[in-house]
Amino acid sequence: MKPELTATPKLAPGVRFNDQNQQPRTLLMPERALRLNGPSLAIVELCDGNHTVQQIAEKLHALYSKAEPARITNDLLGYLALLHDQRAIDF
Amino acid sequence: MTAAPSTPLALVAELTHRCPLHCVYCSNPLELTKRETELATETWVRVFEEAAAAGVLQADFTGGEPLARTDIVELVRAGRRAGVYVSLITSGLPLDEAKLAALVEAGLDHFQLSFQGIHKQTAREISNTTSHAHKLKVLQWLKKYRLGVTLNFVIHRQNILELKEMVAFVEEYQPGCVEFASVQYYGWGFANRENLLPTRKQLDYCVETLKTAEERLRGKTRVVFVVPDYYAKYPKPCVGGWGRKLMVITPDGTALPCHAATVIPGMHFENVKEKSVLAIWKHSSAFQRFRGEEWMQEPCRSCDRREQDFAGCRCQAFLLAGDASATDPVCSLAPTRTSVDAVLTKINDVPEEKVDWVYRPNPI
Repeated sequence: MKPELTATPKLAPGVRFNDQNQQPRTLLMPERALRLNGPSLAIVELCDGNHTVQQIAEKLHALYSKAEPARITNDLLGYLALLHDQRAIDF
Repeated sequence: MTAAPSTPLALVAELTHRCPLHCVYCSNPLELTKRETELATETWVRVFEEAAAAGVLQADFTGGEPLARTDIVELVRAGRRAGVYVSLITSGLPLDEAKLAALVEAGLDHFQLSFQGIHKQTAREISNTTSHAHKLKVLQWLKKYRLGVTLNFVIHRQNILELKEMVAFVEEYQPGCVEFASVQYYGWGFANRENLLPTRKQLDYCVETLKTAEERLRGKTRVVFVVPDYYAKYPKPCVGGWGRKLMVITPDGTALPCHAATVIPGMHFENVKEKSVLAIWKHSSAFQRFRGEEWMQEPCRSCDRREQDFAGCRCQAFLLAGDASATDPVCSLAPTRTSVDAVLTKINDVPEEKVDWVYRPNPI
């Protein structure tokens, strides 16, 4: 399920990052762990319940200014849908 | 290619073999560890610290019933302090609201609650304990917290036909995850195998039901199905490959590459009381024994799937083929597959339990 642009995704219950001093940054969840880097890390760090999908998209547009913004937004929606189906985030 | 050992990712901490339930499929060994030989609190604390330093991300606190340890809150706190993600795998039985609050406060990440059936009668028959009503209470208490919750239903011939009701129950409660885990045939499960294996017809029903369930629960509850591997075409990648990802520590501190590894003869297992987690991971002969591929026999040795399933389960190879290095006999390519087929034929040929009525005749 893709989120609305006004949704504010946040980590699902039982999902958290490993400690700050542990590398690489890893999302820990029941029976699974997801190593994050690059854009995936940037996105999940913004899934804090305070940023809307629109705001996350804008941050990515600024970070990856060479890429087509519409394409970034589309990829973002797809990635959030995947994380939602995996029960890593709620929105 | 062998064997620069990767880092361990998961630690299975069998904190105790004590348990108020007596489940007929328990994966604990037939010879259970006694209370007096259980590791002390401070040894577990050191183990969690060593494990985290060695790269372990997650620790599963299990048993037996982990809540039977009076120091469980302290152990959860120590796990979190060491930097691992802590899951409690429990029957929920020796739990009250205050203990749950203390566990959450100590940093528990994830609570996995086992169910033996959807009806109290089934649950009672399987576990020989009255526990179902209490589990329902535990579920209500859990709602107060933002905690990862998994419901775990162990599936077998005696409860597989309750599957639709289980799914409806899950849909109503909406945990983050549900596991429908077919019994695996080790320990007590192996001893009760013929009463637990589902029939092929039941399995078809199960697969069909779960396909629909997965669709319906998408985005609400993640559905995990552990297949009954006797019916599989290829073996499971047991423990993600021997000595590749996982270390099991038994209640007395024995470090095993797999829960059931003690059934394999001629193995020497180290103990965390004497050696560090990392030293055991790197150097223990038991962990080296089936690492990499050199030990593999044909057909695995030249099989394309060997990097996916690592030749299956070593303990099952020993239990079914009498040789822990053999291809897992559940594999359709295994020379010993006939031993599995013989068991399946036997249990599928038993007619469905049909009560033979003697009807009262009409009086003449």
